[in-house]
Amino acid sequence: MSEFSTIGRPIAFVDAAEKTTGHGKYTDDLSMPGMLIGKVLHSPHPHARIKSIDTSRARALPGVVAVVTGQDAPTTYGILPIGHDEHALALDKVRYVGDNVACVAAVDEATAEKALALIDVEYELLPAWFDPEQSMRAENDFVHENRPRNIEKEYHHTFGDPDKGFAEADYVAEARYIANEVTHAAMEPHSTLAAFELDPHTGKPGRLTVWSSTQVPYYLQHKLSLVLDIPMSRIRVIKPLVGGGFGGKSEVIPLEITAAIAARAAHAPVKITYTREEVFWAHRGRPRTIIDLKTGAKNDGRIVAAAARVIQDGGGYCSYGPVTILYSGALLGALYDIPNVRYDGYRVLTNKPACGAMRGHGTVNVRFAFESQLDEIAAALKLDPAEVRCRNLLKPPCVTVNGLRVLSYGLPECIDKVVAASDWTEKRARPVQASEKLDLKPVSEGHGFSRAEEVSHLCHSERASAREEPAGRNPAADGRRRGVGIACSHYVSGAANSIIRSDMPHSTVNLKVDRDGGVVAYTGAAEIGQGSDTMTAQIVAEVLGCDLARVKVVAADTDLTPIDLGSYSSRVTFMNGNASLRAAEDVKKKIASAAARRLDCAVADVVFRGDKVFRQGAENVARAPSPAVDRPPGAADDVARSSSSAVKAQGRVEGQILRGSVQQKRRNEDEGSRDWMSFEEAVVAAIDFSGALTGTGSYAPPAEARGGQFKGAGVGPSPAYSYSAQVAEVSVDEETGEVTVHKIWAAHDCGRALNPVAVEGQVIGSVWMGLGQALEEEMIWKDGLLMNPGLLEYRSPSAAESPEIECMIVESIDPEGPFGAKEAGEGSLAATIPAISNAIYDAVGVRLREVPFTPERVLAALRAKKGEKKLNMTRDVDPTAPATFPEHGGALCFKGKGPARHPLDVARADVARAPSPAEGDD
Amino acid sequence: MKKELITLKINGRTLELASEPNKLLLDVLRQDLGLTGSKRGCDDSSCGACTVQLDGVPVLSCTLLAASCQEREIATVEGIAEHGSLAAIQKAYGDWGGAQCGYCTPGFMMTVDHLLTENPNPSEDDIRHALSGNLCRCTGYMQMFQAIKAAIEAERKGRASEAQTAGAR
Repeated sequence: MSEFSTIGRPIAFVDAAEKTTGHGKYTDDLSMPGMLIGKVLHSPHPHARIKSIDTSRARALPGVVAVVTGQDAPTTYGILPIGHDEHALALDKVRYVGDNVACVAAVDEATAEKALALIDVEYELLPAWFDPEQSMRAENDFVHENRPRNIEKEYHHTFGDPDKGFAEADYVAEARYIANEVTHAAMEPHSTLAAFELDPHTGKPGRLTVWSSTQVPYYLQHKLSLVLDIPMSRIRVIKPLVGGGFGGKSEVIPLEITAAIAARAAHAPVKITYTREEVFWAHRGRPRTIIDLKTGAKNDGRIVAAAARVIQDGGGYCSYGPVTILYSGALLGALYDIPNVRYDGYRVLTNKPACGAMRGHGTVNVRFAFESQLDEIAAALKLDPAEVRCRNLLKPPCVTVNGLRVLSYGLPECIDKVVAASDWTEKRARPVQASEKLDLKPVSEGHGFSRAEEVSHLCHSERASAREEPAGRNPAADGRRRGVGIACSHYVSGAANSIIRSDMPHSTVNLKVDRDGGVVAYTGAAEIGQGSDTMTAQIVAEVLGCDLARVKVVAADTDLTPIDLGSYSSRVTFMNGNASLRAAEDVKKKIASAAARRLDCAVADVVFRGDKVFRQGAENVARAPSPAVDRPPGAADDVARSSSSAVKAQGRVEGQILRGSVQQKRRNEDEGSRDWMSFEEAVVAAIDFSGALTGTGSYAPPAEARGGQFKGAGVGPSPAYSYSAQVAEVSVDEETGEVTVHKIWAAHDCGRALNPVAVEGQVIGSVWMGLGQALEEEMIWKDGLLMNPGLLEYRSPSAAESPEIECMIVESIDPEGPFGAKEAGEGSLAATIPAISNAIYDAVGVRLREVPFTPERVLAALRAKKGEKKLNMTRDVDPTAPATFPEHGGALCFKGKGPARHPLDVARADVARAPSPAEGDD
Repeated sequence: MKKELITLKINGRTLELASEPNKLLLDVLRQDLGLTGSKRGCDDSSCGACTVQLDGVPVLSCTLLAASCQEREIATVEGIAEHGSLAAIQKAYGDWGGAQCGYCTPGFMMTVDHLLTENPNPSEDDIRHALSGNLCRCTGYMQMFQAIKAAIEAERKGRASEAQTAGAR
């Protein structure tokens, strides 16, 4: 019998039916009587001073109710307290093509759009900055006047003694890596509906209600209060269904405040929904990152020192910038044991849309560089790449050199699993006759650390087979060469320090249980498709031993739900899960003390299970109706594969959100003392005994997990870290440079899989998003103008080109996580990119140091390796250098010409010339 | 632009409404008729979130004039559920994690429904090909493939038991 009844089972999301039937409401699906439609005027210039705005012609257009500009809400804001540099609508300057200038509220969209063309703005053009390394040398015309040299923030950290470490190293690798800019491209465009209630005494706009597609309702409430100068208590933020976030909705986007400003001016509800092109401008994605990385290792593969200089192209505003640049450095640690680390990070301002947080925040690009370099070191030292990783493991419980506390650490088992599942050893060996094949595939199902030795053993025997240069092996009949690559990654389970520093709880959950037997959980956690509502319901049902269908989750409505910081930094399962657990324990205690009297036993002997409350020892007597499917705790990944049958067996998926409104009837009333009672009976007993039955629980990370004392120490620490190892198998067409990923094996340590379907969905989704960044996705800029602001041009992988991804769940059972759970939603993304680049090297022997690995880049590297003449394939057809700009639908129309601009972005040309894939065969 | 009277047949119901001749089917569905199940994910027929069926064929309602759909059978996601309960594919998408944020799901429902009507036993390649016009940013599609296979299996079992019941009679 399983230890748990709900935890660890594949459960359909509590809101699944709302989504598959189309009945669920997202923000843009909402409307109100008298609602106006808002449209935003955007800047056509990357950097310009606003000399004047004349809205009179727009106001005169019939159907236009209000036109607002920066003057209507001049207060600055920003997601970080140290970065209040944004206006919802520009006040004096615009800082990127697409910056928000004015907003029209009109009776319909067509009228609003017409009015935008009637707003006259006079700009004075300023020299603009597009390349971060040039921008850092700026002496005037700064993006923000108070940020000299256009540096938003720089950090310089030294841990241990890197110079000594490098001196002791037998081998030092050094290279520049570049990861180009990517964006979330969540399927739901940002949308906000804002409505004021009239003040009963004055008739003026009073309380404000905002429905918005946000991951952070509480921060939105806070920033609205700041900019509109309304107390937070008079602002209600409601998060309807959100169509994906990935970090793009984890801060306040200008339209969220603009809608409220417009609603106040128009005295009517206003809804603004961005077009897809506007979503690309709103951005807040992963910055283009230049990484100069140096790693020193001993001959046995032990890393002795690492030094990274990281420059991030942050765009026009601060956003999450300082946090992103700190994550890049902080999470160099906590994956491997690196005794000496030097980190120099620069977050630079440029005249492009602001970059912010995106899935794997700050860690992804640096992880690509580090794991690629580790592969180079392994190749140089003639070691197996999996073995090198095994030799650099942490020995938890421990604290890393930069102050990160690691308790649970499933990385060895992750490496073990992917090596076994992918036939790594066989695939890395030169092709041999079938009869000669050594059966090295490990079969043990063991756990954790002991297996690491077995892996290393395998690796040794593999090494003994004396592999040579990878290039030239596995030549397939179709002219493609195959290869495999391995990489690892990790991520925080919630930031241990909140954005607005305080000792308040990060999550609070309230529970209400009433005599109908229904359990309502009030949580501020923002469900954005990751399954947080389901997670809350599961934990509450598990603790109370009741049917999942009894639990209704009311989430993310600041009037009803207690503060939760939101869905970012993979914090919800860990922090909100712990708060849910504590709230349920609180209620359980109350029910147990009442039930103990009825069952005539000690409080400690009351057992909650199978929707019943038992006297201990009696649960087997009445167990027949309890859940049918029991599995050993280790079999979570198998559970997922049979989820359909398991779910059916439970028979409680449909209508989960409906709580039973069964009238309470006490059967067997006259029987006196009994062994058990139904959940409803126990609830009624508790209400009879103590009046209202409510409970509350909250969570704040422990002091030991909050990191060191140095400047910038606040970012990186987390109560727990997830771990991932991946193997990618690719083939490369040497004629075209096309890379095909055939399969990715991904093992993820999520602590405990509370809901295996959800965990697999998160891991596969992360790997897939990493795959997109590795092969295709890239924001292409020309003089500050985004050249591919559409879902077709942005080239997110479709079902046709998405490879099979095999997810393996590793459960390290974290001592502080709810039921041992850690994060699952982000940690796997970072390993995918280097796993693919390492597989490309294994296949064709070239190192690709610029992401994404498009056919152009791969082919250039292949030709350079062979010493062939460089092909100028992109002349005339280069999307980054067209003679004229193609028009693109949306609010901005360039009439076939780009913005009047300033010197060519020379750095862009540099990048095309020197991505250094040339020196391929080290 | 002056409104004109048009007649649309949606999910088996005939509706008459006044609409500008240049209004898109998606806007009529979402704004005039309150059928918000069909979503707008892009503005240029790249993403498939607005997929509806026109005479049984999946089309993108974001680039289709409503007035041109008169005399045609329009089916939206609101019409997919069978007899008031979830269709096999809807249930399977829920059970197998085929829907995460759910924004692209209505579009996928319309596409998959058409696929299974045309080809009750599709190969993996058939499925991949059919789904390639709909974009999802959450799932990586893997769990959708599992869901579709599960739905096919459920339908097959459902038909088998129906036949059995009929035989018993």
